[in-house]
Amino acid sequence: MEVMNSEYKGVFVFAQQVDNVTNSIAFELIGEGKKLAKDLGTEVTAVLAGSGIQDLADELAAYGADKVIIVDDPELKEYRTEPYTHALASVIEKYKPEIFLVGATAIGRDLGPRVSARIHTGLTADCTQLDIGDFPLNPIPGKEQKHNQLLMTRPAFGGNTIATIACPDFRPQMATVRPGVMQKLPKQEGVKAVVEAFNPGFTPNNNYVEIMDVVKAVAETVDIMDANILISGGRGVGNPENFKLLEDLAAAVGGTVSCSRAVVDAGWKPKDLQVGQTGKTVRPNVYFAIGISGAIQHLAGMEESDLIIAINKDETAPIFDVADHGIVGDLNKILPSLTEKIKMFQES
Amino acid sequence: MKIVVCIKQVPDTKGGVKFNPDGTLNRAAMLTIMNPDDKAGLEAALRLKDEYGAEVTAITMGLPKAEDVLREAMAMGADKGILVTDRVLGGADTWATSQTLAGAIRNLEFDLIITGRQAIDGDTAQVGPQISEHLNIPVISYAQNIKIEGDSVIVERQYDDRYHVLKAKMPCLITALAELNEPRYMTPGGIFDACKAEITVWGRDNLIDVKDSDLGLKGSPTQIAKASDKVRKGVGEKVTLDPAEAVDYIMNKLKEKHVI
Repeated sequence: MEVMNSEYKGVFVFAQQVDNVTNSIAFELIGEGKKLAKDLGTEVTAVLAGSGIQDLADELAAYGADKVIIVDDPELKEYRTEPYTHALASVIEKYKPEIFLVGATAIGRDLGPRVSARIHTGLTADCTQLDIGDFPLNPIPGKEQKHNQLLMTRPAFGGNTIATIACPDFRPQMATVRPGVMQKLPKQEGVKAVVEAFNPGFTPNNNYVEIMDVVKAVAETVDIMDANILISGGRGVGNPENFKLLEDLAAAVGGTVSCSRAVVDAGWKPKDLQVGQTGKTVRPNVYFAIGISGAIQHLAGMEESDLIIAINKDETAPIFDVADHGIVGDLNKILPSLTEKIKMFQES
Repeated sequence: MKIVVCIKQVPDTKGGVKFNPDGTLNRAAMLTIMNPDDKAGLEAALRLKDEYGAEVTAITMGLPKAEDVLREAMAMGADKGILVTDRVLGGADTWATSQTLAGAIRNLEFDLIITGRQAIDGDTAQVGPQISEHLNIPVISYAQNIKIEGDSVIVERQYDDRYHVLKAKMPCLITALAELNEPRYMTPGGIFDACKAEITVWGRDNLIDVKDSDLGLKGSPTQIAKASDKVRKGVGEKVTLDPAEAVDYIMNKLKEKHVI
């Protein structure tokens, strides 16, 4: 809504849950929201929507939420665009937050646009950095410079550019935020938040789609473009059976296995998993290049990854030119031990 | 059945990116293609046409040269092409773009609107759902296996760990992914016909129920503060280590970055 900025206060985050389990993105958004709220001298409110979800409020508080608004209604049991849009738009109309953050998940990237269109404000997609600052960044004669604006930074144009976006005249300032990028705060058990129930009323109409079936199964092939962590193997892995080492590491870190073109051409892995110019372009938070030499076509598909760790026995492999951390060594010896160490660390 | 497919002419991002002085994209200076997700959406529409019979209208908003993607769509099998172009529409963000397309689509009869999930230039995935909101119709994003049953569309909608089989009353908007299908090639006859076909060109005055304050750069709630070419990463660290040291080294990096 186009507004005098001062009417709108507070940082709100959408606490996404599925089957009454809170998605990790909710805690990440609270952590980032606290940083922004500190700069603005305000608080973080988590908005929880679902059915029978009261018990989830404490965990949001433990991760730093000052306040939790609960919209609890049977219509919100499974995610559907319309009732969730109604829930969030109603919360925004009633509480008037200055910032509203949503995870850039499969749900958030459907919900965010519909909510922003309903309340008439801007939405910046898939942000990787958020700051409070001035807009315009530098004073321009004849144009008012607004302070305490949300500056939303995101990659665009195939990762060729980085853009910083502001929403100076409309509130709330809305962003979807890429999962896995922002830091959660340490969990503090026992910390309580102010909890408030709010139900705007849900009346099904034509926009309520009917869920005929919910099929809970991991898709046969996970979309490697959506993965936060990729364990990618090349011809250096040696043979198809040896990909077990990569699968074990992927299971330990919550990652997904992908591969180079050489592996697809050899028939070891399906084309869906191929990274590169003739495969998929990926930008995970962490990209492990295991036994991948790094042909230019492969690099084009993965060099935008936030952190690249390469293991290769050939110290002249071009992959080392783009890797943040390159290890010249034997993957057969390193991987099993790394997987064990990660498991031990996570259990401790 | 009448299907409207929204397509976008996008810069081929492999060719590098150029900007105007105000930070907006200089589209005129770049090579262009039909956005891949939109092409999958068009293919989905053409398959529905093959199976159930339908009139498929391709619509695009852009510079006059965006006519090229409409001709491509018609050469693939679309029945009509509509170009929405006007100086006042330039510099639009997703709010202003979705308002423009919704305003144009209000001229048309439709049962189904199909858009691509997202364009490879902006990567926002916002315009499809926002059009549906402006038109007050249901949206189903990330559609797979689209079927028609009476006055409803039945679609599989993929999430991280599950899919929903959804039934929505038409009119309805669905967004398609490039992985949905393998788009057909243009046929020689199709290319011949498409070259001669008439493209409908609409401007600001053809948009229904849209305010001037919702259009173009001025109607865009989001504004670019800064845009820059991505700074290429320098060469990182390269170390030669025995396996035990290598494991400790990687563990430290993963902990530093909060990966584990």
